[in-house]
Amino acid sequence: MSQSDIKRLSLILLFMPFALWILLLIVLPHIGMGVLALREKVAPRVYEFGFGNFIEFLQEPIYWNTLLRTGSMSLLVTALALLAGFPIAYYIAKVAGWRTRGALFLLCLVPLWVSDLIRAFGWILLLRETGVVSSMLQTIGLLNAPVELLYNDVTVVIGLVYTVILFMIVPLVSTLDGMDDAMIEAGYNLGGNGWTVLRRIIIPYAMPGIVSGCIIVFMLTAGSYLTPILLGGKNSSWFTETIYEQFITRYNWESGAAFGFLLLAFTSFVVWLGLKLSRQTLAGTIARS
Amino acid sequence: MPSRKLTAALMAATILTGATAAQAETLRLLTWGSYAPEEVVKLFEEKYPDIDVEVTFSNNEEMIAKLRATGGAGYDLAQPSHDRIYAAQLEYNIYKPMDLSKIDTSVMQPKLLDGVKANTTIDGAVYSVPHQWGTSGLMADKTKAPDVKGWGDLCDPKYAGKTSMRLKRTILLGTAFAMGEDPFAAYADLDKYQAILDKVVDKLIACKDNIKTYWKGGDDLSALMLSGEVIASETWDSTAYRLYNQNPNIVFVPPETGALAWIDTFTLPRKGKADEAAYKWINFVLQPEIVKLMSASTGSAAAVKGSKELLPDDKKAAFAAAFSDEDIANLQFFANIPPGVEDMEGKALEKIKAATGG
Repeated sequence: MSQSDIKRLSLILLFMPFALWILLLIVLPHIGMGVLALREKVAPRVYEFGFGNFIEFLQEPIYWNTLLRTGSMSLLVTALALLAGFPIAYYIAKVAGWRTRGALFLLCLVPLWVSDLIRAFGWILLLRETGVVSSMLQTIGLLNAPVELLYNDVTVVIGLVYTVILFMIVPLVSTLDGMDDAMIEAGYNLGGNGWTVLRRIIIPYAMPGIVSGCIIVFMLTAGSYLTPILLGGKNSSWFTETIYEQFITRYNWESGAAFGFLLLAFTSFVVWLGLKLSRQTLAGTIARS
Repeated sequence: MPSRKLTAALMAATILTGATAAQAETLRLLTWGSYAPEEVVKLFEEKYPDIDVEVTFSNNEEMIAKLRATGGAGYDLAQPSHDRIYAAQLEYNIYKPMDLSKIDTSVMQPKLLDGVKANTTIDGAVYSVPHQWGTSGLMADKTKAPDVKGWGDLCDPKYAGKTSMRLKRTILLGTAFAMGEDPFAAYADLDKYQAILDKVVDKLIACKDNIKTYWKGGDDLSALMLSGEVIASETWDSTAYRLYNQNPNIVFVPPETGALAWIDTFTLPRKGKADEAAYKWINFVLQPEIVKLMSASTGSAAAVKGSKELLPDDKKAAFAAAFSDEDIANLQFFANIPPGVEDMEGKALEKIKAATGG
């Protein structure tokens, strides 16, 4: 066996787990879902090929309203996560000393050691009518009756921002980290104030990190299930819940599969639009960080 | 081809693990959260040392989804409710008929046995026998909501913001009964049923203002009731009995139109591999001393004769506080769900959830 054969063999072997993962767990199931989505149920055990499931989605305002709602709330969550995450990332990357950096990063990571479900229950305990926040406000005399803070859209947004903010912070820190402090100093030396330096130097430099953080956060939010279900109220529908209902409650796997593809197409479209508007490319953002 | 090699390797691995497990037969149960208490499993394995019991907890919808995904393989005994057999079998062919001669049906309550048989007979073959039964109805804190008597009272403005329900088919049916309709009779004529559903949807959308939130599971509901955040709600009777233990003011209220009764069954998945073990399990858990253990865990009555006496004492008291003989005579048993109805009801529920009433 020649040297190049060994090289090629080890490359193939190293590549194999990834290839198998992509093929068996991503590509094959999607093909199965695609076939399912293009089947129309005509009668028990009788199916026909067609686009009926997609047409049904377009004809039923409940479905596309839910999808638009999910999309717009996910965008809001992304924006809030960016607003809240950017100062934190900037502090970790540029302001904090070498030793505090590790500790701060660790503090950001700690919540991830607990599962989503437990964290959602934590919010429930805090925000419910007889919960910690409500009773504390009553004890210090700000309220004279219990207040319900759970079961509404604001709670869902807060819960989601809390869940995903780390995925915004990490790419931001790694981008800002590579920035030379001299660039900021030069900005000030040339007479720029804090706002100008932020707008003209820091944000353009951090753009790849911002975009890749936004993409990850948006995808995670739009596809999340537990947080909106547990914290949401009687009017808070989320599109993933609609998909679950189709599969499980209505035994309608065909339209559930179609809805799954629609969610994928919709979120991909939003990401594409975001990349176009920010003049970034996937290769320059996600692939880089 | 790498995938073929992989399949071969996986198969070899499966055979190897199968061989090490030797003769021990495995009974794979697909059942509800409290229907296979550890104690009962232990006693069963002591009596039949060559059978291992493997339990998967689930609910009606997920049981059917799981069996549908595999065409009825992966489990040896399932416990869907009696109204979830007929249509699921017609549509997805996931169950197999039962051999009643292998089950001691003489211990079962004839009314429940006949009811289940009537509901689950396809082409002359019986697919299920009854196990546990219970009801869905209302629960109220009688110090704060003494007048709750019917499904419609959850929408009474007197209790605004303090009621709850589960957004599933039970509340659709209950509301239909409360409006003087008979949804089960209308199952035969789906156009008529759709008309009833439309009325129910309007009513429940108007009711949204009154509701605090839709509960999703027993724990959720328990927390809402015990904290006093909700004072009247739709409920399963077993959940209400459990709460009665902790706060005797919380009682189960059979609605005046009749509590809706369900029967959880024993049903064999089509590709089950341990039928004999399954029959053994069925006969085993129908014995009086096991029924007692089982009812203590499920909070519901078994479908055996004299099962009321076999309830644990605390559940007996809660049952007596809830049901008069008249209420029992008034029970409405869930009728078979014909193909297509799940879709209609699912759509109705989506409409209610999406409406921004309050």
